[in-house]
Amino acid sequence: MTQKVKQGLSEKWVLSLPPVVYLVGLFLIPTLLMVFIAFREPGDYGGVAPLLNHSNGSTTLNLTLDGFKYAFTSGFIWKLFLRSVVFSIITTIICLIIGYPLALMIAKSNKKIRDFLLLLVIIPFWSNFLIRIYAWMIILGPESTVSNIVNQVLHWFGFAPIDLLFSSAAVVICLVYINLPFMILPLYANLEKHDVALLEASRDLGATKAKSFWQVTIPLSLPGILAGCGLVFIPCIGMFVVPELVGNNCSMMIGNLIKQQFLQTMNWPLGSVTSIVMTCSVLAISLFVGFLASRSGGLKYARK
Amino acid sequence: MAILELKNIVKQFADYTAVNGVSLSIEQGEFFTLLGPSGCGKTTLLRMIAGFESPDSGQILLDGKDIKGLPPEKRPLHTVFQSYALFPHMTVQDNIAFPLKMAKWNKSEIDERVREQISSVQLERFAGRYPHELSGGQRQRVAIARSLVDRPKLLLLDEPLSALDARLREHMHVELVKMQEKSGVTFVYVTHDQSEALALSSRVAVMNHGVVEQLGTPREIYSHPKTYYVADFIGKCNLLKAKVIDASGENVVLKVADSFELTINNSENKFKLGLDGWFAIRPEKIKANWDPRVEEGIANFKAKVKGYYYYGDGTLYEFLLENGTVIQCMLSNNRPHQASFFEDGDEVYISINPLAGNFLVE
Repeated sequence: MTQKVKQGLSEKWVLSLPPVVYLVGLFLIPTLLMVFIAFREPGDYGGVAPLLNHSNGSTTLNLTLDGFKYAFTSGFIWKLFLRSVVFSIITTIICLIIGYPLALMIAKSNKKIRDFLLLLVIIPFWSNFLIRIYAWMIILGPESTVSNIVNQVLHWFGFAPIDLLFSSAAVVICLVYINLPFMILPLYANLEKHDVALLEASRDLGATKAKSFWQVTIPLSLPGILAGCGLVFIPCIGMFVVPELVGNNCSMMIGNLIKQQFLQTMNWPLGSVTSIVMTCSVLAISLFVGFLASRSGGLKYARK
Repeated sequence: MAILELKNIVKQFADYTAVNGVSLSIEQGEFFTLLGPSGCGKTTLLRMIAGFESPDSGQILLDGKDIKGLPPEKRPLHTVFQSYALFPHMTVQDNIAFPLKMAKWNKSEIDERVREQISSVQLERFAGRYPHELSGGQRQRVAIARSLVDRPKLLLLDEPLSALDARLREHMHVELVKMQEKSGVTFVYVTHDQSEALALSSRVAVMNHGVVEQLGTPREIYSHPKTYYVADFIGKCNLLKAKVIDASGENVVLKVADSFELTINNSENKFKLGLDGWFAIRPEKIKANWDPRVEEGIANFKAKVKGYYYYGDGTLYEFLLENGTVIQCMLSNNRPHQASFFEDGDEVYISINPLAGNFLVE
């Protein structure tokens, strides 16, 4: 008996060793390094200052909380952070509003069309992320048809022309575009499993089509909604390529700051601090939303 | 007056005709059953009454009014689904309150009626539970309670017991009949289980290939099947080829299975000389003995025991006639001594009372 159990355990270890090594080596250790760097002094020419400080014959540890002090008092970091959260929330909401009807339509269409529509959702992944953003730069560019139409309309109403590209709007448009599949796919996976009989029962018991949607479809798809929102919101906060390519000075996000600290300003400790603040905040927001969701009925059903 | 009237309903799907001209009239307070194999159109018929499908032609009259154009939510009737279709995100209480909320009852009235309804199905202790925390039988009771809470004119039940195990199903038979009697609501019940149909219904419509083959009380359907299909589908039945060989008198003589003759009544003068058909007789209506039974009108003939199935309360024998025809006979095991049972190969006398069977014309 015991031998069998032991054998089972060792098999488990052998099987899980590669992913464990991978995660420890490439995720856990770098994360711990980052935390460690957050407490170091910045070096004179980038990187970090030596850990041990030799002066006047005595040796002291060269650690500091300056990075954290700065991060929590600097209005600039908080402004960027707040902006990232706002952009991410707007992106998530737009993705949900566009994604839900799409996912519902795909889930309700018949088998052949359904596979084709799912393919359409996935096709953008076949081309490089940067290339897709460059494509948007052309679509939103000053000489583009979209730009011309928007500015023409603005002109009729007596407004001055605007730049579509290099604006916060462009950042949000691209964030929505990049993240939409991550909203549609979990929603589809959820909606597709809904029992048609439940909607029929709802109609049968006196609910109109619209009421059935709000009373049955929406609550039952809550787990899908939360999964989709999580998958969109979390990566969105740390995004830096999109604002860098299509944004302006007023649409810089926290990811840009982190990148700047590491690559341009060469202030590694401050970059680390900012990263830690961001990671912890995202974690806190996710836990809070999860907590709210667990108090509603939908998740109870999902956890069955 | 009939509460529900179906007039010549036809429903065609892309590749087949599901319902082909069904007319039925269901009385207030009836327990009416649509019985048939899968694909016979019974569920399609039910879905048309509920409003999930619309008939290609024909009328559906509820209380004399045509409801064909009404969406499901506007029809004063409810359906109990095969899968129960309880809302998984709502408690028992909320599930049962759903129809009342949709009908915009006020809060205190809803509370009162729901409490009443929950106690009528003895689920007081489970009011706050979710459907996945209930057993199959409890879910079934919630589904019915939910459908009866606003006292609909009609309750449609779509094979509601098929997901339950045999014991629970029998228990639910009793409960269903009780609920129906207590509520006074007309039940239209769909099933493929003939014993369920016989045990529960006040009337049964046997359906096949989109038409009603026979309509009648369970007794009529079982004892006097009108077609080969009905005789074969309901219960066990010996269906023996038969031909009218003498139609000179008030009675006609049948040659059954090319081996024995039976005299049957022909007062309605339906049977002509040379008419082909089937003589249908239930296994339990055939007797078998060591000696022939000498009685007026009873036909006796010799047969050999081919084999038997012991069921506990009875034994089903298969007898072989000389020309190879097999006749099944159910003998009740109410005899005190095992000795009176027959064994394989025994030669016995079978006796048939022609009144116990039916001559079905093709």
